[in-house]
Amino acid sequence: MSENVSHRFERLPASPEERDVEGRPTRAEVLDYWEERFGVPRDVFADYTFWEKGAGKIWVSASDVPDGLAVESLGMTFLRTRQEHWKPTTNAAQRFGRHATENVVVLDAEESRAFVAGEDREVAWDGDWGYLIAAHAVERSETANRASGDEGPASHADDHETANRASDDVEPLGVGLYLHGELRSMIPKGRRRDL
Amino acid sequence: MDALERYEPILDDFDAFRAACERPLPSVVRVNGIKADPARATAALEAEGVAVTPRAWNPRVLEVDTAKPGNTWPYFHGWIHGQEEVSAVPARVLDPDPGDAVWDACAAPGSKTTQLADLLDDSGLLVANDDNLGRLSALRSNAERLGATCVAVTNEDARRFTAERFGIDAFDAVLADVPCTCEGTIRKNADALDGAGREASLNIAALQEDILRRAIDLTRPGGTVVYSTCTFAPEENEAVVDSVLADEPVELRAFDIGLDGSPGLTAWDGDEYDASLAKARRFYPHQNDTGGFFCAKLEVDR
Repeated sequence: MSENVSHRFERLPASPEERDVEGRPTRAEVLDYWEERFGVPRDVFADYTFWEKGAGKIWVSASDVPDGLAVESLGMTFLRTRQEHWKPTTNAAQRFGRHATENVVVLDAEESRAFVAGEDREVAWDGDWGYLIAAHAVERSETANRASGDEGPASHADDHETANRASDDVEPLGVGLYLHGELRSMIPKGRRRDL
Repeated sequence: MDALERYEPILDDFDAFRAACERPLPSVVRVNGIKADPARATAALEAEGVAVTPRAWNPRVLEVDTAKPGNTWPYFHGWIHGQEEVSAVPARVLDPDPGDAVWDACAAPGSKTTQLADLLDDSGLLVANDDNLGRLSALRSNAERLGATCVAVTNEDARRFTAERFGIDAFDAVLADVPCTCEGTIRKNADALDGAGREASLNIAALQEDILRRAIDLTRPGGTVVYSTCTFAPEENEAVVDSVLADEPVELRAFDIGLDGSPGLTAWDGDEYDASLAKARRFYPHQNDTGGFFCAKLEVDR
């Protein structure tokens, strides 16, 4: 076994048989994690390559480049491994979290604001403890609501449906750690906002 | 006499130009198609009480009535990016196809890079280079917030850049948005004209020309190079392109992106330039209520 070389992007092995760096996760394990933890189908990642640069720092890239490239970054930071509980990055949760069906906690407007500001909150969640994808219901504009109601009497019944759809219209914010009834915001300092 | 006086002979409405340079810029954002479409971004901004006016030439460019678009939900979500309107021109002119290999030679802080990633449908390979490590951190955080996964970032001197290590012989398209005297940013940087003038422009032109030559070297036959600056100085614009036309296998191509502009100059300060330089475009602040910009589209024909 060779060592992880921290300044180069080294491709994740497809399977354990191809692993030549101790402790490096395989592509299959990364896809398993997203599927088992968040319900993200494996084919979502079919066109992406996965790389390790820095111990346990996994990157996702849309590009297929030669192994061992010495560049500043390749795609985006994606996942923290080589620790007991793997943790997706904020930006990976935002980019791929729309495909998630499990372990997604939907926050209301006030909870979302607190989460994005980096604050911890007690939330109603009866699922697993550990890392969750936090998402918020996206607000619709007055104009958009008016437009959908302006189509005449026939659209009146649709209003309720529209409202339901709107409340289903959630956008992932990032990753939270749920422990003992509390959701801890994992939004990095530089990404926090007072909205 | 200030640094803009010398442009009076090339402007048909110098007073309007001067007046526009005095006004602050409108607040403009670009919608990031990797994460949202204009309708979704507009609805979310309006829900926060921000009025939105799309620009006719590019529905992804929105004027917003807030000075701080960075403090909105769509910004946090990576649906929008604060980008001066005219800075959205060169990526549109380069217009790469999804799957292309593209080099952004002077990429930080990444507004044009992330726009290119969007035009690529976040596929292929977009190598974003800059020689300034400090500015690269802004590029990286912008690219990650906007969800761009097709970007590889390098920190090198563009004049000595190579393509082979990426597994390709050459790039399909290259953006050479070179360092310049930035006279065209006067509406946002009050000190943009300090030290500007013919001497300053001549001093930086050699670097600009070297970067453009490298950009051409690393582009495949039939590929496209876009050369751009945010300055008015012909020494940094037409003169640089004219120099490479003389001995590089490239030809200028006309383009129209629906934004008012003026043709590139074919003569300046006693020098004559190749007649094809009229196919380049100059964008002045009074024409579209933007900053100033120069853009030339070159096709490699070797």
